[in-house]
Amino acid sequence: MESAAKGQAKGRARPGRLRRGWQEACRHKTSYLLMAPYMVFFILFLVIPIIAAICLSFTYFNMLEAPRFVGLLNYQRLFLEDKIFLKVLQNTLLFAVITGPLSYLLSFGLAWLINQFGRYMRTFMTFLFYAPALMSNMFFMWSYLFSGDSYGVVNGMLLSIGAIREPVQWFSDTSTMLPVLILIQLWASLGTAFLSFIAGFQSQDRTLFEAGAIDGVKNRWQELWYISIPQMAPQLMFGAVMQIGSAFGVSSVIMSLAGWPTTEYAADTIVTYMLDVGNTRYEMGYACTMAVFLFALMLFTNKVITNALRKYSID
Amino acid sequence: MLKRQLNRSIWGNFLLFLVLAAGGLFTSLPFLYAISNAFKPLDQLYLFPPPLLVTNPTTEHFVQLAQLASDFWVPLSRYIFNSLFVSVTATVGHVFLSSMAAYPLAKDRFPGKRVIQKVIVMSLLFTGAVTQLPQYIVMSRLQILNTYAALILPMFMSSLGLYLMQNFMVQIPDSMLEAARIDGAGEWRIYWSVVMPNCRPAWLTLTIFAFQQIWNNNGNLYIYSEELKGLPSILSSIAAGGSGIARAGVSAAASLLILIPPVVIFLITQGSVVETMTTSGLKE
Repeated sequence: MESAAKGQAKGRARPGRLRRGWQEACRHKTSYLLMAPYMVFFILFLVIPIIAAICLSFTYFNMLEAPRFVGLLNYQRLFLEDKIFLKVLQNTLLFAVITGPLSYLLSFGLAWLINQFGRYMRTFMTFLFYAPALMSNMFFMWSYLFSGDSYGVVNGMLLSIGAIREPVQWFSDTSTMLPVLILIQLWASLGTAFLSFIAGFQSQDRTLFEAGAIDGVKNRWQELWYISIPQMAPQLMFGAVMQIGSAFGVSSVIMSLAGWPTTEYAADTIVTYMLDVGNTRYEMGYACTMAVFLFALMLFTNKVITNALRKYSID
Repeated sequence: MLKRQLNRSIWGNFLLFLVLAAGGLFTSLPFLYAISNAFKPLDQLYLFPPPLLVTNPTTEHFVQLAQLASDFWVPLSRYIFNSLFVSVTATVGHVFLSSMAAYPLAKDRFPGKRVIQKVIVMSLLFTGAVTQLPQYIVMSRLQILNTYAALILPMFMSSLGLYLMQNFMVQIPDSMLEAARIDGAGEWRIYWSVVMPNCRPAWLTLTIFAFQQIWNNNGNLYIYSEELKGLPSILSSIAAGGSGIARAGVSAAASLLILIPPVVIFLITQGSVVETMTTSGLKE
């Protein structure tokens, strides 16, 4: 029902339009009713939390007392005083810049490769590459593969070929932690975008490829570049949005494999640091400031990338 | 396996096959490791360097898992119940609420529609982890922290489901809905008996997406009582129970059992998932 009010408010302040808008809204009462249950939860668990985070970012709030307005103090602390935040921001960007584009390209490349095969092979391959997302708990197994003692498979192999003298503490050594976690995150990141690309390749207009062959397309690379990619613009756009969401939200892999917080915050991201500040130290106001910063960062990235993709797909 | 098609060379096929095989091996490494560990006798787990292949498979870890399960502080049946109860309720609710909301967004024109669609697309960005903390604050105000509701209700509004559903419904021909209207069916009736049967692939897709997300969730921030947690949390209890390698076999066995339900559902619904994702494109 609030959507009705929203639609009404959107009309200009002229009474005629307002009334027409309202009448129009009344005519579609059933539509609003159908959406109402979903919208209740959407507002409750997404809209309100985001608005609350914005409001609380200007307060000191510890969940016990009422929030106390502190102006821009949290933002000042975030940008000027908090050295750890700088560290985790760096990590977040590193995770995002590496796993985001890489897994986007990987999703696209693999989807394309898989599409070259016959039906059964394609089904099997889709399942195989989607498996990590489907069974995300399996990242647990990496903790045995990268186990810190010599029983860990990776350590064992490196020791036996003599590449290292003593076992590496993969998840607590500050220099190995980040690369290993990025690798594992990459492993787990072929998700919704991947499936969307697979479907995009499968639903392409076959006649275009024949037409292309007649017009001089010689091999599959040209076919990909001149025929497939232009047709996939909508899927590429959707994939980008989904990828941004997951690239900036990297957290559960880190928390369950390297600990929470990680040694010297060497592999913490904004999300895990935010949870540390909020849930362990109960500095909710400050944690919300980080959330707001992260939202802004994601919206900005999204804007830049979708604009670039749009420009490409028009050209 | 490979039909000769337009513009395809044998060498190209071979090269692509190699790339895929390498990628596939990396992807399946943890799964292969889990399978080999689950059936590897304990003495082989202690071998150095760790062998990747099993020579004489055993089921001792599954037996040990059953014994361990009976010693859990919370009985295993409770974990199973939690996982099933939460996954099923959340999935069913998600599929119904989002398909109900998707129908007018796909097929009706009403004031405010564009705004709502824009908001939904934007919210695709804010999935899971990013909004966890603000959600936690709101849940604590609603006093649903540490209840089943904290796990189930947020799933109802997962916007990916609504988005996919809406895109899929757009391609249902208007003439079909018109015919139903002429026959005197109301909008609710049309939603239930015309639209829903025609977007079976879409709701099967929503089912697997929702199910996999809930099933793999081990209780996170919103739940602190062990009695409310699901099956994945036994993995951490098993690992915590013994140092490293001693429990590697048992936890591999447990993780294999846990991944059966999502795998089965995905294999059944895969065709529908691909069909639905065909319409997932974001135009604008």
